[in-house]
Amino acid sequence: MALVPIQPETTPAPHGRFREDKHFAAGKVAVFQYATVAVFLFLVSGFWELQVQNEDLYNERAEKNRIKSVPILAPRGKILDRDGRVIVDNKSSFSLLLSRENLKEEHLKPIAEGLNIDYDELAARLRRFRNRPKYEPIVIKEALTPAELAFVESHREAFPEMEIIEEQRRLYPTSGLAAHLIGYVGEVSETELNSLEFTRFDPGDIVGKFGLERQYNDTLMGVDGQRRVIVDSRGNQRQLFSMKEAIPGKNLQLTIDLDLQVVAELAMENRRGAVVALDPRNGEILAMVSRPAFDPNRFAGRIRPSDWREIMDNPYRPMLNRAIQAQLAPGSTFKPIMALAGLETGTIDESFAVSCGGGATFYGRYFKCHEKKGHGRVSLNRAIAQSCDVYFYNVGNKLGIDNIAKYAEGLGLGRPTGVDLPSEAGGVVPSSQWKLRNFREKWYAGETISVAIGQGALTVTPLQLAAATGGIAAGGVVARPHLVKEQRKFEPARKMTVDFMNVNRVIDGMSAVVNGGGTGVRARIPGIEVAGKTGTAQLASNDFLKSQKSHTMKDNAWFVGFAPKQSPEIVVVALFENGEHGNLAAPIVRDVIKAYLDKKARREMPDQMLSQVILR
Amino acid sequence: MAVYRSVRDLDWTLLAITLAICGLGILQIYSATYATKWADAWWKQMLYVTVGMMVMWAVTKFDYHWLMEHVPIFYAVCVLLLIVTAVLGATVFGSKRWIPLVGGFHLQPSEFVKLALVLFVARYMSELKTERLEMVDFAKLGAMVGVPMALVMKQPDLGTSLCYLPILAIGVFLGGIRWQYAAAIGLVFVLMLPLAWNFYLKDYQKARLVSFLDPEGDPLQSGYQVIQSRIAVGAGGMWGKGVTRGTQTQLQFIPVPHTDFIFSAFGEEHGFVGVVVALGLYFVLLMQIVQNAQMAPDRAGIYICMGVAALLLFHVFVNVAMVVGRMPVTGIPLPLMSAGGSSTISFFMMLGLVNNVRLRRFVN
Repeated sequence: MALVPIQPETTPAPHGRFREDKHFAAGKVAVFQYATVAVFLFLVSGFWELQVQNEDLYNERAEKNRIKSVPILAPRGKILDRDGRVIVDNKSSFSLLLSRENLKEEHLKPIAEGLNIDYDELAARLRRFRNRPKYEPIVIKEALTPAELAFVESHREAFPEMEIIEEQRRLYPTSGLAAHLIGYVGEVSETELNSLEFTRFDPGDIVGKFGLERQYNDTLMGVDGQRRVIVDSRGNQRQLFSMKEAIPGKNLQLTIDLDLQVVAELAMENRRGAVVALDPRNGEILAMVSRPAFDPNRFAGRIRPSDWREIMDNPYRPMLNRAIQAQLAPGSTFKPIMALAGLETGTIDESFAVSCGGGATFYGRYFKCHEKKGHGRVSLNRAIAQSCDVYFYNVGNKLGIDNIAKYAEGLGLGRPTGVDLPSEAGGVVPSSQWKLRNFREKWYAGETISVAIGQGALTVTPLQLAAATGGIAAGGVVARPHLVKEQRKFEPARKMTVDFMNVNRVIDGMSAVVNGGGTGVRARIPGIEVAGKTGTAQLASNDFLKSQKSHTMKDNAWFVGFAPKQSPEIVVVALFENGEHGNLAAPIVRDVIKAYLDKKARREMPDQMLSQVILR
Repeated sequence: MAVYRSVRDLDWTLLAITLAICGLGILQIYSATYATKWADAWWKQMLYVTVGMMVMWAVTKFDYHWLMEHVPIFYAVCVLLLIVTAVLGATVFGSKRWIPLVGGFHLQPSEFVKLALVLFVARYMSELKTERLEMVDFAKLGAMVGVPMALVMKQPDLGTSLCYLPILAIGVFLGGIRWQYAAAIGLVFVLMLPLAWNFYLKDYQKARLVSFLDPEGDPLQSGYQVIQSRIAVGAGGMWGKGVTRGTQTQLQFIPVPHTDFIFSAFGEEHGFVGVVVALGLYFVLLMQIVQNAQMAPDRAGIYICMGVAALLLFHVFVNVAMVVGRMPVTGIPLPLMSAGGSSTISFFMMLGLVNNVRLRRFVN
């Protein structure tokens, strides 16, 4: 058949006008045959290259071609209070996905206009996603308004790259309630993607950025599902290919008691400061307030740059969680710790007394008592109750800085408590070593005098103070404060072996602050023995204050209290920045403690009522 | 005069191979269209094949010498039909190629021009008294081929008009050409390319050429067809995805998977093995035609058979190379496989010419 040489069979006969010669062009016909072979080899090699050498490559491309994946966004877990009441919920909203596979550049402008998106922002967003696979659509607008939804519906034909998906948006309490501890979510930023914490996320992911949302992001976040549909070349969906349901995030049950939280928030009114309430027996935080607050809903999703600047430029720094980040001198609220240190080291005993004449001189310098007239002769109980500075100057002077530091640190000051919130501050507990390390200077005994009344280099956060005071109330056992109910058995963060008698002596003094005509009388609750301590902490030395009378230089007001005195169940710390006197902070503590005890009483009621019903 | 024998003397090998190719084509047309609006294409194609075989038989009835004698009439009719097309033609996809017929069928005269040209070239070349072509011969041949070419180009249908060139080329090659002339003609073509680029080629055609050189440059526009076709072929792998299982075909990523890109769909569903079988069939078909040329009783017969072979080879080469991205996209069908009445019947008529020559191979 092929390439058969021509066999001369018959002699060619002349035929009219058509020339007859069978050998005509035999060589050229053979050339055509060889050319045909070459052509077919060329063609087969083309198929060899595609089908045999690169089968997998093209198979993959064919797969991508026909399958369009639409994400099913996993709803984040809800955040509940200790009784299961919803603090943070989700609400259904619609987001616009932009499919980039068949995206036409000229469609971007009208789409941006129709959806009220800034065109440059949209273009920048697309650039950010340029490294992501093309078949992954990206969210370009959240929380579509009815008008925007209508725009999408009416332009489906014109702009087939638009797709609407249902999304669960975070719904935070609008008043800024618990805003700092809850935090907020947002789209992971480019800088964050480069950091270790966020490196496993993809651009466009909504992740926790602040507070518990960030701390417990893995619990709350869930896993997005994916609906993969087979599409034709026009993007029309032909059939469902596979469906991976989204795994919703787990709910997060907090130790926060919404009732107490609300009471604390309301009690703060519009003042700046913080409130922390915790259970000293296990460290469960019952309420945590920081003011001024912000509305997390403004962050949920994609915050506008103008909103962001407004919040960041606020001089009162609403984004600061004062409960864990404000590092301030504790003032007189430090005195119970001083008292415990004095008693435990044997430096003082219950009968140790000092005569207060409104001040005293140590190391050539005169230190005033807040009571200009002086307290007269005071011993431990009255010294705490009246917050006599001179008494504690003497205690401090006798103890020395390193003994003070030992007990302060023993109660958890000077380092973060380990609360389950990001970016907790640690405060400072000065010591001779601390000074050497940080200033390469030796500690001067005169500096101890200020520290003895909670001033000087000593700083604490409200949460640290609550935990430390709770440590005294619980007899030396300091619980790690936390916001999420722990499954494991309670283990104290630190445990100090202290004499129970000494603890009772300090607590008695603190009880006298509230109930014995002391400085914290405004924290009194009839029928319940509340123990507490006021604090009025200077921001700067008195000399400096004389020259400056600015608002922000006013003293900070502290109050720390717990109840019931015999078996403390709740410790509350209230801080008013520039509140001038600690007794102004006392009513907040009282309100929160009262709310706690009232609620407890109410909770115990049903049983009584039940028995009454049965007995009747 | 050559003696006509009987049906037994038809080239049954050729016929069997032809029908095998048609069978693969119909299967592929069915697979590619059964779920689309062209779902009736496969039985239409069966109809065309049936009609084609009858026409082929009919063509063998007339001695090819007689056909050559009457080639001016065929030529005139073809040119006339092309003019009619230009006037009355139905515009499909932006070009006027078809004359509407009754029953929803369309006639594509440009397909039948090939037959007239095969006969015309065969006659002209075998009437030559010289051993080599002279300039005047080139002028005459060029003019005769150029008129229908120009008309088809105007439709516009560049692919089909280019198919007329191999008919001319094989005739000139066999007839003998001075290398100087060959070089000169080649040079003229090269010089005409920029002219064609600037004055003839439409933007989409330029884009096709550009995307042929750089298919990924504009993957969604001009390069789209080639990329999708290559993906389809590559995804077919060694054994193919199976009939009606090729996703590129079924989801219409391949453009026109039952006509011009049918071999892409075939490659996806039948794999490299299927491709080798199909190309093997084409190769055997070509060799069978060449053998008929070698056994032809006279020069005219050789010219006819070789003209058909050259045309067929050109079609297969341009179409299949396009499918794997080794030629620019030109809308020419794959002979005997692509759905389409005019093209199928025209190829059957050409095979009829080959058989015509074969049946008259025994002189006296």
